[in-house]
Amino acid sequence: MSANSIYARRRITNVLAMLFSGCATALGLLFLVWILWVTASNGLHSIHLSLFTKITAYADQGGLSNAIVGSLLMDLMAMLMCVPIGVLAGTYLAEYANISKLGASIRFLNDILLSAPSIVLGLFVYVIIVLPMSNLTHGSISFSGFAGSVALALIGLPVIVRTTDEMLQLVPGTLREAALSLGVPQWKLTVQVLMRAASSGILTGVLLALARLAGETAPLLFTAFGNNFMTVHPLDKMASLPAAIYQYTNDPSPALHSIAWAGALLITLFVLALSLLSRLLFSRKKVRYE
Amino acid sequence: MPVISAEPIARDNEQRSREDARHDRIFRRVLKFCALLVLAALLGAALSTLWGGREVLFGDGLRFLLSDSWNPVDDKYGALAPIFGTLVTSLIALVLAVPVSFGIALFLTEIAPAWMRGPVGAAIELLAGIPSIIYGMWGLFVFVPFMSSIEPALSNTLGNIPLIGKLFQGPPLGLGLLTAGIVLAVMILPFISSVMREVFQTVPTRLKESSYALGSTTWEVLWDIVLPYTRSAVIGGIFLGLGRALGETMAVTFVLGNSYNITSSLLMPGTTISSSIANEFNEAVGMHRSALIALGFLLFVVTFVVLLIARLMLRQLAKREGK
Amino acid sequence: MNDRAAAAVAALPSVDARIKIQVRDLHFYYNGFQALKGISMDIPEKQVTAIIGPSGCGKSTLLRVFNRIYAIYPKLEARGEVALDGENILDPGYSMNRLRSKVGMVFQKPVPFPMTIFENVAYGIRHHEKLSKADMGDRVEQALRSAALWDEVKDKLKQNGLGLSGGQQQRLCIARAIALKPDVLLLDEPTSALDPIATSRIEQLVEELKSEFTIVMVTHNMQQAARCSDLTAFLYLGELIEFDGTETIFTKPGKKQTEDYITGRFG
Repeated sequence: MSANSIYARRRITNVLAMLFSGCATALGLLFLVWILWVTASNGLHSIHLSLFTKITAYADQGGLSNAIVGSLLMDLMAMLMCVPIGVLAGTYLAEYANISKLGASIRFLNDILLSAPSIVLGLFVYVIIVLPMSNLTHGSISFSGFAGSVALALIGLPVIVRTTDEMLQLVPGTLREAALSLGVPQWKLTVQVLMRAASSGILTGVLLALARLAGETAPLLFTAFGNNFMTVHPLDKMASLPAAIYQYTNDPSPALHSIAWAGALLITLFVLALSLLSRLLFSRKKVRYE
Repeated sequence: MPVISAEPIARDNEQRSREDARHDRIFRRVLKFCALLVLAALLGAALSTLWGGREVLFGDGLRFLLSDSWNPVDDKYGALAPIFGTLVTSLIALVLAVPVSFGIALFLTEIAPAWMRGPVGAAIELLAGIPSIIYGMWGLFVFVPFMSSIEPALSNTLGNIPLIGKLFQGPPLGLGLLTAGIVLAVMILPFISSVMREVFQTVPTRLKESSYALGSTTWEVLWDIVLPYTRSAVIGGIFLGLGRALGETMAVTFVLGNSYNITSSLLMPGTTISSSIANEFNEAVGMHRSALIALGFLLFVVTFVVLLIARLMLRQLAKREGK
Repeated sequence: MNDRAAAAVAALPSVDARIKIQVRDLHFYYNGFQALKGISMDIPEKQVTAIIGPSGCGKSTLLRVFNRIYAIYPKLEARGEVALDGENILDPGYSMNRLRSKVGMVFQKPVPFPMTIFENVAYGIRHHEKLSKADMGDRVEQALRSAALWDEVKDKLKQNGLGLSGGQQQRLCIARAIALKPDVLLLDEPTSALDPIATSRIEQLVEELKSEFTIVMVTHNMQQAARCSDLTAFLYLGELIEFDGTETIFTKPGKKQTEDYITGRFG
């Protein structure tokens, strides 16, 4: 084969590869636009005031108010559980166990928890909370908003642990030495100096965790179950936006589908707004601490 | 400084030092306890599903794993169909998502102009941010009809090829293993491509430059230099995507058709572990519930192993980078 | 060597020769690697002592023994005796609070805490003393004045310390250290991250602070050692080669190695 034809073949291979990669990217973007477009157009058609004022008990005459309230409440309870635990655990990894074996294994397993199947976490909460509660109360309390929020907290926890760990490791070591050289004890240094220095990064993790757990459906099905009426009692069965969408999508009624789309749009907007916000926060942080 | 005051200050200091040390110890213990909760969550998930599924796992043992009949009426349960469905859909997802993710990573690290990389990369990652139930709805209401419109064409073309033809024969339902696999592929695409993109960027510029200096094309640099250098992490990224695909529930439940079939055709409906659990758990009692929890245990163990491999592979590159 | 050092102290006209820090046979190990080998030296009160030497010679390590900041890292070990006012600070019974309130430290890179300028200075004080609001205000002002920063920041005490220039940040760190009213001030290459103007500002400040504090300064800049210090110690490969009056070290060093280093033949 002549040098020229080798050269030509190499160039053709290269052009084909470039073409393929461009098409792959276009394909990825196509799906993004397609999904968002479908959600937005179907959702916008169905958003009415009654969505926020009526409960799901009225079915196709109703709204999603109890599901919205339930979701907000469970998200809040989940965050109240996973933020403090996650921040403290992440702090332990970064400040106390950075090079120890225990720290390395917890960090490793946390990364696995990060992508563990959420439905199994739902089963876990079902076995350790829903079943025992039901046995203890002879069935009067079984599924509950509390159980649902524990399941959601398990989704958010590893996100917060990981970002806190990473963000604290970005804080320069000299800051630790400077504070310790003033005689400040380590816990004060950690809480008042290091966490403050890493605060916007930690906040990023908190937002990301909220974005992740707010969109979860699978772990709620058999923990919070769902409820057609408004409730704010944490030990009641509780409605949630994702579970309501799931239920309505499975229903043959087009009117319910349209309500499901409206709910889907709400969740998508909420989740995407959170991830955009966290992105914004983090890029600003990068500028400040290099 | 007067001599009299020196003594109490010293004692003050001693006392404060002791107090500080005590507070530090308490603080450290609280932190450690919280970190151990992460371990407890993983261990708990494994043990609780093992416990919940004990009647089936220990009662039926291997029969549970190998039987393909799932029959709540006779109270007999075999996990083969959901396991089959889980593996097949995840495999389809990988076959489709890996080359596309690779193309995206190539585009974003080597080809796209600098101004384009940030926004396009962020847009691709946005795919990972969309809640899975939205994928499910889109899949059911939009993608399933689309698939049922192109499936006759698939059967008529690919279906006639010997050997792999069987995979594409069957009624154009739109629902089924292939559809679920494609939806999963779109879902895991951002995960795999972002890992690939990240590790491609770790390749030292001098390595790439010296290859370009020999007259290599972009493709050759990527295929001969970048890919071998990052191989283990790329495999790690692929396994990470696989872990996601195996455990995903909402995106596949709507588009699978949910029937306990083991078929040679990808156009036929099927079920996965996670969608079986999601669909049946709230109506199940007794052995049925135990069987579903046992399925959850299997899923957890399999994804754990896959994710373990993924993290180990990813760590290899991180280690080399650290050197 | 100790005799020499003592002789040097005695030889200096302005010194009453009171010893602030007495180091005896100090060995230091990183993970088993010996970084300091049998250092003995006497550091006089209210003088500036410079420690010089090529990088890796152990000069920073020596400084970091004086307030035991090394102890926050695992697998680091110091053996021997470092007496501050006659008490051995390496003794585990010596309270960390006491040590850190008596020995302040300023680092290579300015590291303001992520707080207001006022809080940066007040933060350390709060841990050691309970002061009224007015007293705290006075104390902060006094520290900032001593660090020659007051005039530049008095109108923006509520602003974040990270907003100051590099030189100002470093003076803020000095203010933070002297706000605790320590006896000894350790400076670990305090100007290596600063521009020449900010550097000369800090050097001037060192000269002023000498009347109140015993200053030990590590520097890789020999001109700086010559300009600012009263005594100079030369370390090489973990050993104290020579310790004498600064003028002696720079004009007629007693050891060949010192001379080679000072004349730039290695390092």
